[in-house]
Amino acid sequence: AMEKDLNQNSPRIRKIRDNSYPPNTPTSRMNNNNQRDNHPNSPRDYNYSPSSPTARLRWRNRSNEIPAEVKRGNASNVRNLLLGDKNKYRSMWIRTCSSLWMLGGVFFIIYMGHLYIWAMVVGIQIFMAKELFFLLRRAHEERRLPGFRLLNWHFFFTAMLFVYGRILQQQLVNTVSSDRFIYKLVSGLIKYQMVICYFLYIAGFMWFILTLKKKMYKYQFGQYAWTHMILIVVFTQSSFTVANIFEGIFWFLLPAALIAMNDVAAYFFGFYFGKTPLIKLSPKKTWEGFIGASVATTISAFLFANVLGQFQWLTCPRKDLSTGWLHCDPGPLFRPEYYPLPTWIASFSPWKAISILPVQWHAFSLGLFASVIAPFGGFFASGFKRAFKIKDFGDSIPGHGGFTDRMDCQMVMAIFAYIYIQSFIVHQDYSVEMILDHISRSLGHEEQKMLYAKLGDILRHKLQGGF
Amino acid sequence: KTENVSNMHKENTGDAPSAHTPRVRHHRKRNTDVVAGAGKPNGSHLLVNDSSKYKSFLVRAYSTVWMIGGFALIVYLGHLYITAMVVVIQIFMARELFNLLRKTHEDKQLPGFRLLNWHFFFTAMLFVYGRILSQRLVNTVTPDKVLYRLVTSLIKYHMAICYSLYISGFVWFILTLKKKMYKYQFSQYAWTHMILIVVFTQSSFTVANIFEGIFWLLFLLPASLIVINDIFAYICGFFFGRTPLIKLSPKKTWEGFIGASITTMISAFLLADIMGRFLWLTCPREDLSTGWLQCDPGPLFKQETHALPGWISNWLPWKEIYVLPVQWHALCLGLFASIIAPFGGFFASGFKRAFKVKDFGDSIPGHGGITDRMDCQMVMAVFAYIYHQSFVVPESLSVDKLLDQIITNLTLEEQQALFMKLGQVLQEKVIGS
Repeated sequence: AMEKDLNQNSPRIRKIRDNSYPPNTPTSRMNNNNQRDNHPNSPRDYNYSPSSPTARLRWRNRSNEIPAEVKRGNASNVRNLLLGDKNKYRSMWIRTCSSLWMLGGVFFIIYMGHLYIWAMVVGIQIFMAKELFFLLRRAHEERRLPGFRLLNWHFFFTAMLFVYGRILQQQLVNTVSSDRFIYKLVSGLIKYQMVICYFLYIAGFMWFILTLKKKMYKYQFGQYAWTHMILIVVFTQSSFTVANIFEGIFWFLLPAALIAMNDVAAYFFGFYFGKTPLIKLSPKKTWEGFIGASVATTISAFLFANVLGQFQWLTCPRKDLSTGWLHCDPGPLFRPEYYPLPTWIASFSPWKAISILPVQWHAFSLGLFASVIAPFGGFFASGFKRAFKIKDFGDSIPGHGGFTDRMDCQMVMAIFAYIYIQSFIVHQDYSVEMILDHISRSLGHEEQKMLYAKLGDILRHKLQGGF
Repeated sequence: KTENVSNMHKENTGDAPSAHTPRVRHHRKRNTDVVAGAGKPNGSHLLVNDSSKYKSFLVRAYSTVWMIGGFALIVYLGHLYITAMVVVIQIFMARELFNLLRKTHEDKQLPGFRLLNWHFFFTAMLFVYGRILSQRLVNTVTPDKVLYRLVTSLIKYHMAICYSLYISGFVWFILTLKKKMYKYQFSQYAWTHMILIVVFTQSSFTVANIFEGIFWLLFLLPASLIVINDIFAYICGFFFGRTPLIKLSPKKTWEGFIGASITTMISAFLLADIMGRFLWLTCPREDLSTGWLQCDPGPLFKQETHALPGWISNWLPWKEIYVLPVQWHALCLGLFASIIAPFGGFFASGFKRAFKVKDFGDSIPGHGGITDRMDCQMVMAVFAYIYHQSFVVPESLSVDKLLDQIITNLTLEEQQALFMKLGQVLQEKVIGS
């Protein structure tokens, strides 16, 4: 469908058609060989300027490592694995370079603090939404529907207001509690936040209906549904990520690091040992890579948690939107416990006891999830790209594709991390004193009285019901 | 002309619920009452010129009366039965919508795919109703010790349970992806999500409305206003309709729209007065019981007296009118119901045109499927909830969140201890200041 609006006879298109999947027949394999000899890496880098829409039409070989196995050309399984790839070293070099840059950038932002991390998440979100909005849009119909892109961004803005308004409510209130006027303004905004967002949404909804054009209904409804799905996918994970950040940078950094670790370890294990294909959806993934990465990820989860858990900057929750240093009592999860080693080990090693932070056990389950279930996010993205015949979601990052390509597993992980934290970690240690303390700290006098009255009602009701 | 003739034929014989297969119908005229008199090109879509409209009118009226009667009975029975009714309506809507864009050919090659839809449906139901009714559930099962512990732990790990269910569905979906059917499967997956969002958003808000508070204001009144708006738009269009309103729904007219708006707002004002006098309808329900309710309705229901301005009171026998403050809120609801809620109907019409479907289903004779009836209700339910949260009850979210934490995490003894200590703290503050 996407080829409809392209000139079928241009030489670029002919090249695409020649190289299209499945390259099983000898002639197409030869064509692939010819093409690939001239352009060892993804032809995307050399044949097209990234800004032209035709560059988005890529055939299904997913990314850089595949090209030259085609030369060996015997069993289709082995062809797709990294093992025999001559040019893989070069593509690995490009990937490593861009990975290092991304890693460096992330470290810098983490050093800067919660607010900057939030800004980074928002930035990533905007890029992802842009990539995805662009993806199934057809240039031909777009010209006849002015203002449709604006509608997408209107919904994006509404979603952003809604999601961050809810999550950062408490933080926002705590930040502005000094100034009376701004406090009133902000608490008024928060109180009516749902109404404001609802009316923005309804305005977008009505605008959509009023711009429905005859004969374009199906396209417009498809775009509307697509917009909603994109916004849900993008905002769910980023909202949970931001909630995790303000709970403590540790809870954001550890899951993200585990996913990156899993990716890198799978890549290297596959590079050296990969033989048996894992799933038809992603032909270059192997069982050896999967299992090796799982083991490596769970072990490194255990170790990372120990290392990261010692920094207060990472483990303290942030209660407002300031950017200064944090000091707090991190809680029982981060206090080391000492386990004496059994005597036969203790006799030949210098350490008599090992100290383990209780949080490391939680990190262990996070690592388990990151290695076993989170890759399904990657499979989903691969399947999606095959279904809609696109090579990558975008091309912002050299060697990796677009932002969505990098974030696909992160999304699944961020949601799991949030739910795990809310269910098993936060609120573990409830006691009457703690709650009383919490009440006196976070509620005003009026609100405390309201709480008292409501609690009284509920208790009275329960006691009556028991008789 | 042949299209018109086939319309008449289809509408007179083919809309009986037994005609299941032609659900994808190819002509665009939406409902049974739009049968054009042959040979009238412009006025052919308006009801005024319709000759067999009286027959279709009877069919519609008959099923309307049945629906209203059933609804009134369920309302009489109580909150729990209404929730059950909402759940049943939801199941039917989801079924209609799931069936809508399914292609039987591909489906045969994918056994167990329909099961995946219902798995997600069940997960969504657990999630949505778990959140809304968790407070009430805890209040219902207090007396029994073991059950209480079970229920509180279920509620505590509720999100984790729902998430695991969702992820297992997600993994299942990926493992059943078949080559050459990727696009169909992904579209179905996206379609399932959209359906569940649409169906569950409105029903969750509806159920929240039912239990949250002023039951009639949040649930009965909005639903009735939508019905009144529909009926009066139909009647006003029937008698006065001339100017078409919007290209999407050719049988809607400006006269119908404006007439219905005025009628709806007036009836909102009056209905609020009538309904506000019954305590059964006004008290919030704190648990899942079905008995009678007693409470203090609050300042919204205390009558205020407004003196009529001099020039009106000269010709009327009444010097002043009694208005419950809640009636002004009802007026806002009426305004929304008449002006913005119809856009839900336009959306559904546009959707049906886009995908060349005549009706979402055929469960209700004369009206189409359940989704056809619920399209405007959905927009209204969400608005009613948000309006109530923002303007009627000024509640603070942090208080509720803390209260939730207290209820779910502390035992009864601890809660009582907290209550006493908090009382002491507040007393000290009052004395101190």
